[in-house]
Amino acid sequence: MNLLPFRFELLWTDALVWLLVAAVIGYAAYARARPHLRAPWSRVSRSASGMAAAVILAAFVLAGLLDSVHYRPALPPQNGKVAYATELRSLLDLALQPLRVKREKTYSAPLATHLYAKETMLLPDGREVRDFPRLRHGGAHLKNPGADWAGDVTLRGFRGLAVALLIWFTVAVALSAAVAQRSGNGIEQSWGDIWRGRTAIPWRAALCALAALAVFAGPVIALAPHYHVFGTDKVGQDVLYQALKSIRTGMVIGTLATLVMLPFALLLGVMAGYFKGRVDDMIQYLYTTLSSIPGVLLIAAAVLMMQVYIENNASLFPSSEIRADVRLIALCVILGVTSWTGLCRLLRGETLKLRELEYIQAAHAFGVSHWRIMMRHVMPNVMHIVMIALVMDFSGLVLAEAVLSYVGVGVDPSMISFGTMINSARLEMAREPMVWWSLAAAFVFMLALVLAANLFADAVRDAFDPRLVRAGAAA
Amino acid sequence: MTGYLIRRLIYGVFVLIGVNVLTFALFFFVNTPDDMARAQLGAKRVTPEAVEKWKLERGYHKPLFLNEKSSGMGRVTDTVFFDKSVKLFAFEFGSSDQGRNIGYDISTRMWPSLAVQLPAFLIGLLVYISFALLMAFFRATALDFWGVVLCVLMMSVSTLFYIIGGQFLFGKLWNLVPISGYNGGFDAIKFLALPVLIGVVSGIGGNARWYRTIFLEEISKDYVRTARAKGLSEARVLFRHVLQNAMIPILTGVVVVIPLLFMGALITESFFGIPGLGSYTIDAISQQDFAIVRVMVFLGSVLYVIGLIMTDLSYTLVDPRVRFS
Repeated sequence: MNLLPFRFELLWTDALVWLLVAAVIGYAAYARARPHLRAPWSRVSRSASGMAAAVILAAFVLAGLLDSVHYRPALPPQNGKVAYATELRSLLDLALQPLRVKREKTYSAPLATHLYAKETMLLPDGREVRDFPRLRHGGAHLKNPGADWAGDVTLRGFRGLAVALLIWFTVAVALSAAVAQRSGNGIEQSWGDIWRGRTAIPWRAALCALAALAVFAGPVIALAPHYHVFGTDKVGQDVLYQALKSIRTGMVIGTLATLVMLPFALLLGVMAGYFKGRVDDMIQYLYTTLSSIPGVLLIAAAVLMMQVYIENNASLFPSSEIRADVRLIALCVILGVTSWTGLCRLLRGETLKLRELEYIQAAHAFGVSHWRIMMRHVMPNVMHIVMIALVMDFSGLVLAEAVLSYVGVGVDPSMISFGTMINSARLEMAREPMVWWSLAAAFVFMLALVLAANLFADAVRDAFDPRLVRAGAAA
Repeated sequence: MTGYLIRRLIYGVFVLIGVNVLTFALFFFVNTPDDMARAQLGAKRVTPEAVEKWKLERGYHKPLFLNEKSSGMGRVTDTVFFDKSVKLFAFEFGSSDQGRNIGYDISTRMWPSLAVQLPAFLIGLLVYISFALLMAFFRATALDFWGVVLCVLMMSVSTLFYIIGGQFLFGKLWNLVPISGYNGGFDAIKFLALPVLIGVVSGIGGNARWYRTIFLEEISKDYVRTARAKGLSEARVLFRHVLQNAMIPILTGVVVVIPLLFMGALITESFFGIPGLGSYTIDAISQQDFAIVRVMVFLGSVLYVIGLIMTDLSYTLVDPRVRFS
């Protein structure tokens, strides 16, 4: 007898996401103990744009991870048996419960109290009028929306902002205290140092990013339980909820696709560069062939085939969530298999250079096996390229998801993602009067995610690329 | 030189054979023609007879590789593999799953694609390189810094938003151009202006930043210092020496895509309703027309292989030192 009111459910993507988290933690522990691995990361932490981007990314990652713990809530027991709902929920759903449950009938503008379309309503005295009906949930607490609305929104917004800024201020003071403890100066001194940009790690940039986050999130969090901050879509679902749910989809694709690609690129690239000759020819032929097919077409062809497979084997996928999840994984695999060629080429070139160096020759002379030379002597020295590729590809994959979903070869239509949001909203711009908020929300969230990822990737590249470091030291 | 070219051509043919085998495996082994028929017909109408009829109409009823019933060459040629894959090498594209002649469709639809892509490509190249040179000229100044910031910002916006935003501003708000559609002749200009503009603008971020990196790499080389030491002006150094020497890395990325311009831009064309090959492909994908997708995959790789060979040739044009043997 299970006493918990829910049952955890591990989707495939969840498992992979948490595996990835474990791998990152493992890598962090490993790198921490080794100065040559710690050095580039401490360079990343000295980049102002990198730190600011990291703060924003952390917020996205948090949302994505919360959305990666799934469970099925228990239904009211019948005949003493506990059954669980067929619908999967995540911790993020739990946190956003009010947003998820409070559905309207159809479109409503951001923060609106009335629907966006006129409807014929029956008055209590039997007359019919055509007017904008009140929303079921948005601003439902207002007795007289016409008069109270502006005041209520402003008040709640400012209250949220004040609380957020207060929290932000506390964090800033705590940070000053931490910096003070490290440097041995007083708190006031450290506070000044931070704001004049005199600390080794650019805390000012991180705090500015955090302030931007607070200014955005504070009012939104304060208003969200009472209004639809970004409006509702055609079926009356809260757009803010959709945007937050899209984060996980984008992140899963951005990380897992690179993860799939990595073994191919690493193994084949290093082998091609190390063995040269026949092996190199074969591998070069393989990646020339694959990269000769225009990316979208190859992905489209593979996804089409996957769709046919899923349609014909529907019995393998018990619920629509599981089907959507399997489709997401398949998409990651397809994206990975079609995109390893670029990294493979880079790794081959680097290995070609490395294999001529003395220490590899020495390893040969000592009779070290090929496999061991590749694993112990070549791989660690191409890891910086892998790391750069990992972070650089992320933003591209998030953008690609949107395009692929538009083309119809992206994620499952039932899965909330930036692509499906844009796809369902694109015709709304032509509608009279125009519905712009779905697109605006997708735009804002996607821009923030991709921009942060791009800035962070730049910081990582600058820190890991040996050529750039040298140029920086000379300047 | 000729010997090298011939070897490249033969290699290209081998690549195409690889592509061909790969697509054949993808389209006929991962799912059999029966699966495709069932998916196309929809769950309700699937009967063994309907499936057989669907396959017969489209020529998928033959054996995959070896036809036991035929005699002579027919044993090999009267098969799905020969019909659907080998014939592609002779540019016999056959008919789509809807029964249209793919070869005819392609020959009519590639021109609108080219009409969008070629101007976008040329104007884009000019704009990106000018912008990158400007940033390189003012390197390490505020202009360079904000230029890079603008680039990063612009490359973080999805193409979809450029298109939707452009259609909204120019088409709906300012009423300058029709939102979508296409017409032949001079009329085409007003339909093409916006797609071309968006094609250029959406590429600025990534491309200008990439060219800037190339120029900055060249600028740190010894010959640039020599050129400056003999008293050349910075502008002359940049335009005369750096630009010329940066041609090799620029050409590597640029020439490959020239043949692919025929393929059109998938998203742009479908948003603007331009009857080119891009929207053709999108339609095929949404209708699950496997024959068209297969042909487009093959056509894309043919054009890519041509692009690779053109890239090699272009090196000899800009750099007299390059000799192939």
